[in-house]
Amino acid sequence: MENTSFVRTEMLPETEPPRSTTGVLGWIRDNLFNGVLNSILTILSLAFIYYLLSMLLPWSISPTWGAKSLNECREILGATGREHGGACWGVINERWSQILYGFYPEELRWRPTLTFFLLFVAMIPILFNMISRRMNWLLLVLVLFGASFAVENSALMVVVKIVLGLSLAYLAYTVVKTDRDDRAEQIKEGAKRLPNPLYFTAIYVFLMPWLLWGGSIWSPVAAALGFLVGWLAFRLLAPIAGNLASLILAVIAAGVWWLLLIGPFTGLMNGLAPIGLIPVESRLFGGMLLSLTIGVVAIAASLPLGIVLALGRKSDLLIVKWLSVGFIEFIRGVPLITLLFVASMLLNIFMPPGTDFDIILRVIIMATLFASAYMAEVVRGGLAALPTGQYEAADALGLDYWKAQRLVIMPQALKISIPGIVSTFIGLFKDTTLVSIIGLLDPIGLSSTIRADLAWNGIVWELYGFIALLFFIFTFLMSRYSMYLERRLRTDHS
Amino acid sequence: MAQTQTDREIDRSHMHVSDQVAIEITDMNKWFGSFHVLRDINLTVYEGERIVICGPSGSGKSTLIRCINRLEEHQTGSIVVDGIELTSDLKNVDKVRSEVGMVFQHFNLFPHLTVLENLTLAPIWVRKVPRKEAEETAMHFLEKVKIPEQARKFPGQLSGGQQQRVAIARSLCMKPRIMLFDEPTSALDPEMIKEVLDTMIELAEEGMTMLCVTHEMGFAEKVANRVIFMDAGQIVEQNEPTEFFNNPQSERTKLFLSQIL
Repeated sequence: MENTSFVRTEMLPETEPPRSTTGVLGWIRDNLFNGVLNSILTILSLAFIYYLLSMLLPWSISPTWGAKSLNECREILGATGREHGGACWGVINERWSQILYGFYPEELRWRPTLTFFLLFVAMIPILFNMISRRMNWLLLVLVLFGASFAVENSALMVVVKIVLGLSLAYLAYTVVKTDRDDRAEQIKEGAKRLPNPLYFTAIYVFLMPWLLWGGSIWSPVAAALGFLVGWLAFRLLAPIAGNLASLILAVIAAGVWWLLLIGPFTGLMNGLAPIGLIPVESRLFGGMLLSLTIGVVAIAASLPLGIVLALGRKSDLLIVKWLSVGFIEFIRGVPLITLLFVASMLLNIFMPPGTDFDIILRVIIMATLFASAYMAEVVRGGLAALPTGQYEAADALGLDYWKAQRLVIMPQALKISIPGIVSTFIGLFKDTTLVSIIGLLDPIGLSSTIRADLAWNGIVWELYGFIALLFFIFTFLMSRYSMYLERRLRTDHS
Repeated sequence: MAQTQTDREIDRSHMHVSDQVAIEITDMNKWFGSFHVLRDINLTVYEGERIVICGPSGSGKSTLIRCINRLEEHQTGSIVVDGIELTSDLKNVDKVRSEVGMVFQHFNLFPHLTVLENLTLAPIWVRKVPRKEAEETAMHFLEKVKIPEQARKFPGQLSGGQQQRVAIARSLCMKPRIMLFDEPTSALDPEMIKEVLDTMIELAEEGMTMLCVTHEMGFAEKVANRVIFMDAGQIVEQNEPTEFFNNPQSERTKLFLSQIL
């Protein structure tokens, strides 16, 4: 037998990888042409893409932007010798604002627009952690400054514009001037920080319905005060009555405020200071405005509700568990359209006569309940994926149930569930188009309204394409955000 | 006898057992469903004691120490920890848990938090220690387990031995009076066992009351003042380590020792 003993005297140096596996050529070879089958598939796919584009592009590149009716479109296309094939974009040019706002009064459309941009300002501190407080307040002032130009001019508005403009300039100056590391150092040493932008997020919850529906400013203020009443009751009672009892009492106090005292309060304040916006009725809401209103509120409400249901389903308390299971299974077992019909027709039968329960609010509640049942199951999946060791470690450190859930369990369970949660969000947002069935004018419902106009009778692809594009923008943003969030929350290696 | 994992001399100047009772377990029984896991356990642990519990797998040793901070509920008998009896009263349970530190076989660090946040979480939320003070304490204990430079990393970026040392530091940050170790080295690669055992030895040298489920017989021999052998849910034999290893009395103990040594 040969002698197999071996001792390395010199360690091998690092060398370059072979030429053919790096660079553009290497990439093409690795990903497109590695093998006969893959090469054939690549060529077939390219041919298919070419075929699709050769149909779509000539159709969509069509000089009909200025047309006022379908006939005019045909004339324009006929004049260029393209009798068949050719989109009629005039309908989008003429009706895009209707697809966005429905029948919302034209002179008041700055309100939903402002609400829309403020939505981003309100969401940013929740969604991103790399944006400074300063930047966030700057964005808020910027949006308000922009909105101030949309409002009718008056002496007051001029003052508002000047104030906003100056603060905008000041904030922009500090943002440009501030060095991130320096600032971090100052904050560490106890420098005063700007208020947390989440305050604005909390205000936005009440600001949004007021801006959209208008009416007296005292209604949203009174609604917000209910939470303050509850919180104060809790703070005052907690040292005397213990946590659970004071929590129940606080809920009762807030309930009393909302049900009984809110009317006299708003009446009184309206008498003292009648500030308000022109009211807009729910039936005028339509288009993307309607879809976004229902979608955003239902999305924001269904996540916390879903978490509570998921915890309820895993609870040791039998009644809580059965209620949660029953709710989830019932809602998941019923089509959304059924629930929407219940919202639009049946609910009124059960209400005491004379109560006018807003149709959009009813639809939002149903959509929220529907999404929260799915959300509960998605979150339960995340909970089930956590090793029991995490619960035991939290217990062993003396964390009680709620602290363990909040600090240890939920952050991890929700992180695992991100893809499922975002899928549910996207599904919910697209399901808002189902409200056209109960007569609300979401973008799909509006497209039939537009076709009912003689000028545009028979137009289909352009409208649906435009609506699809609008939905795609929002759903694509959601999906990209979820991927960003997954990357950001990765802690296993970096 | 297995090679002792530490070569250095052990400083016994602070390792004395007082006559104060730390844990008193009387006639305790526990069942999992109809399976009788712990049978008539009677055990008194004095402050400053370092007890090693060993035995074949399924003998109930882990369940026993998990009963001490009520990760498992016992059904009959009583467990009194630091003068507080463990009952279904959640307040007592939380009080006991904040006095008793626990180290798990699989570390159970919180992967979404940095090392420093893992250490400060319970002091801030349970003990209501101000953040700054909690962070100082945390850094103190990280230095003690010799990994202060890892404070800003996430647990997933550390080696198994480092993670277990972080887990020990996390328990210590609550300033516990008793530490429970549930097979702390069983999930570690051989070269990492030493660093964790060294940390535990240092803890013993400072006079911490320790109950340790482990198969590290070298550790038991050098550090423990009492070794308990369990089988089939019962305490079969307990003795001080030299006697236990050199002169086991029961047949089961002899068999067990002959298999592992």
